[in-house]
Amino acid sequence: MSLLAAFAGKYAAFIWPAYGFCALLFAWMIGDTLVRARYWRGQSRRWDDPDGADT
Amino acid sequence: MFTALANPHRFMAFSRFAAPVLGVLGAFLTALGLQMGAAAPPDYQQGETVRIMFVHVPAAWTAMLAYACLGGASFFSLIFRHSLADAAAKAAAPLGAAFTLMALVTGSLWGRTMWGTWWVWDARLTSVLVLFLLFIGYIALRASIDDEAKAARAGAILALVGLINLPIIKFSVDWWNTLHQGESIFRAGGPTLAAVYLAPLALAGAGYSALFGALWLVRTRAEVWRRRATSHAIRAALS
Repeated sequence: MSLLAAFAGKYAAFIWPAYGFCALLFAWMIGDTLVRARYWRGQSRRWDDPDGADT
Repeated sequence: MFTALANPHRFMAFSRFAAPVLGVLGAFLTALGLQMGAAAPPDYQQGETVRIMFVHVPAAWTAMLAYACLGGASFFSLIFRHSLADAAAKAAAPLGAAFTLMALVTGSLWGRTMWGTWWVWDARLTSVLVLFLLFIGYIALRASIDDEAKAARAGAILALVGLINLPIIKFSVDWWNTLHQGESIFRAGGPTLAAVYLAPLALAGAGYSALFGALWLVRTRAEVWRRRATSHAIRAALS
């Protein structure tokens, strides 16, 4: 059974939102985490040594 | 391992490599699990809605894992006053809240089709809602206290008290009569779930856990950088 056929039954209106909501939350978790890390690494590097070692 | 990683320099060196490895592994296992779940036959009772299980159950497992990590890190933070443990606890909370919300919403969508209702005040559902409120309460409590040391202590006490909710979630289906189905995987005598559903669930569960691990490490690194930058800024302002 193909991926799309599996999600095309009479319950598609519930299955798609479940997967979509998970994708949305994963996107938020990954995006927020990376943006936060990038920002604070930059702020921290401003004070650290000029070559920017991140340990 | 804990002793070695308690050193912030060693933790930063370790997590720099561990986070991307866990992230790639988590994405691969999750994609594989969901692909296998999509290819599995419809359940004889649930039909196609069984596919919601492949995103719902791993989210619930990972939410509990995240709270166990929050509780463990809070223990080390409270007892040993370890700054890195506090950073790890603080980093786990938003991720745990997101995974718990994922479990609640996907469970609600499944419940509407199988039970005919979006929500019931059943012991399992209610205890998972309490888990979500514990994560939110932890985040709100920390945000409401300006003094970082006091915020860490108050948050750690709340997190440790909330640990009691984990066995309640796990055994709620045994202790009370619930609409939520009983334990079918982590039970004495082995899983009762058919292998065709168990394998995708196990893969997606491992994938979600690895993704949580990767994101937790990166958020903890960000928190370490934030504290370093804040402490430099305060020192510069005072000098």
